[in-house]
Amino acid sequence: MTTLATVFEKARAENRAALVGYLPAGFPTIDGAIAAATAMVEAGCDVIEIGLPYSDPLMDGPTIQDAVHRALENGTRIGDVMRTVEGVAKSGAATLVMTYWNPIDRYGAERFARDLADAGGVGTITPDLTPEEAAPWIEASASAGIDTVFLVAPSSTEERIGVVAQCCTGFVYAASLMGVTGARSSVGAAAEGLVERTRPHTKLPVCVGLGVGTGAQAAEVAAYADGVIVGSAFIRRLLDAPNEREGLQSVRELAAELADGVRRR
Amino acid sequence: MTTSEGTLITPADFTGAGSSGDVSERGKFGVFGGRYVPEALIPALDEVAAEYEKARNDLAFIREFDHLLRTYAGRPTTLTDVPRFAEQAGGARVVLKREDLTHTGAHKINNVLGQALLTKRLGKKRVIAETGAGQHGVATATAAALMGLECVIYMGAVDCERQALNVARMKLLGATVVPVTNGSQTLKDAINEAFRDWVTNVDSTHYLFGTVAGPYPFPGIVRDFARIIGVEARRQMLELTGRLPDAVCAAVGGGSNAIGIMHAFIGDESVQLHGYEAGGRGLETGEHALTLTAGSVGVLHGARTYVLQDDEGQTIESHSISAGLDYPGVGPEHAWLKDSGRATYHGITDAEAMDAFALLARTEGIIPAIESSHALAGALKLGRELGPDATILVNLSGRGDKDMGTAMKYFNL
Repeated sequence: MTTLATVFEKARAENRAALVGYLPAGFPTIDGAIAAATAMVEAGCDVIEIGLPYSDPLMDGPTIQDAVHRALENGTRIGDVMRTVEGVAKSGAATLVMTYWNPIDRYGAERFARDLADAGGVGTITPDLTPEEAAPWIEASASAGIDTVFLVAPSSTEERIGVVAQCCTGFVYAASLMGVTGARSSVGAAAEGLVERTRPHTKLPVCVGLGVGTGAQAAEVAAYADGVIVGSAFIRRLLDAPNEREGLQSVRELAAELADGVRRR
Repeated sequence: MTTSEGTLITPADFTGAGSSGDVSERGKFGVFGGRYVPEALIPALDEVAAEYEKARNDLAFIREFDHLLRTYAGRPTTLTDVPRFAEQAGGARVVLKREDLTHTGAHKINNVLGQALLTKRLGKKRVIAETGAGQHGVATATAAALMGLECVIYMGAVDCERQALNVARMKLLGATVVPVTNGSQTLKDAINEAFRDWVTNVDSTHYLFGTVAGPYPFPGIVRDFARIIGVEARRQMLELTGRLPDAVCAAVGGGSNAIGIMHAFIGDESVQLHGYEAGGRGLETGEHALTLTAGSVGVLHGARTYVLQDDEGQTIESHSISAGLDYPGVGPEHAWLKDSGRATYHGITDAEAMDAFALLARTEGIIPAIESSHALAGALKLGRELGPDATILVNLSGRGDKDMGTAMKYFNL
């Protein structure tokens, strides 16, 4: 199984940033998401985040909201998320789950961590779980041997960055801008400064997400970050494609473009 | 009805923190409350908490808030005995706290004026808010107009339709109303969208949260600004009846009017506290907003509390004839009051609420908000249980003008 540690080690050895791609489970269908994520890995993604569709995604912009809504309409359940992780992990990528806290809370922290590890998942990203409330999850994750990734933001104080970084294993997720998920015409100007401010607090890799969607942007971010995270741009390709076959092709092309970008640091 | 300071409220009255019955510790009410939000919002929440802590200990701030409550909101609001209505309540004495008589027609103005003053102290020029029935949106637009703040209101598209009059009021007051078309298109989705705006514009903007839900410090701040309702009512009841009421009744959606009237009575062990949630078409139909009565513990909109959710933590859409109670979450302090047994929560169906709505209009010449009608219907039941010697205080949290469209349809007027 590929771990986050081995991914970043390999990327460092190749003098490049890692490429992290996001897709929600169940979108466009359960098998469709596995196929799309597998295509993303084949075309150069090192890490895949599988989104757990949630009814109230208050950190997400319209593109992910739309995809998640469709996934829920398709009846996607946590068991499907685990099966998706299992399917994607077979492709050789380190596979994480990105989820709001309530579904884990309801499912049971220990059970979720154990089931995710059993499915071949390597960790979670929990965007609305603050360090103050994270103790049960950190404990459950440690027992199951999976990583816990939390976010720092441009608004975070030094003290806060330190607190969040302490809770992270695997990598630290730096949100490039103040806002919700979604591709932007430019990557937030605050991103580089945030990565710099985060470095003294951790030896872990620091990855940048939010607003990245093109090869040029990936190259720009790869110059200062250990990983580049792309989500909405992949979903947009699937939403805009006339059929699943062309959607897969389009996703593959974007992954290749981004993979080229992270090698042009 | 003023203190030796000449104000309606003293610093001690003003804040719920540290008062008898208070359990909040950095936004924790037992296991409830806390903060489940994107990290990007933490500095803003810390800033609001710190500024509020200064403000509530600043006599100048309290005087300014008090001045607005008296000269703008129309406080103190009166108590009204409703004997003809009470004939249907087993002969118990029913007394209404008339928040419907405040400026803008509902209790929401209390919290809004306090938070608008706080916005100015924070040096922010823009406020955003969510609204269900439109009352919090109207109140926010009103305070924004008064204080020269830019104002954007998020409102579910379904609610925009059933509360068209309030949409027009907000626009007239200079606010931008953004209909939210995702999800259930009601209050919970309006809150999601307001959070998305806030995380994007947090430098310039205060999220003027409208109820005692949400992440710390909102449940405590909104509670404190609404607390004047119960502080006044407690004094007025002693003056009017010579003793404390046997029970206090209030409608519960997010729970701000309820906590507002209940909080000053929490330390009075003889006073029963009753909250009435929207039973919608009935528990068995699944179309209700019985968060405390039929929900389970989870996290919604930044706090641990009771939530209407399925077995995998997905929020279940609520239903109520009253937009202001149509919410699948509830303030964390109510969750604690329920679990500690200090307050009791019940369901009132759409039909029961509409019957009470019509009864108060016909017997007392007061048209209540449909939200408040849930508390009235509760008082009718409670009076029959407690008997003719009991005195029941009901928070008449708002007036019903905004609900005439719904009433016309319901009663074929």
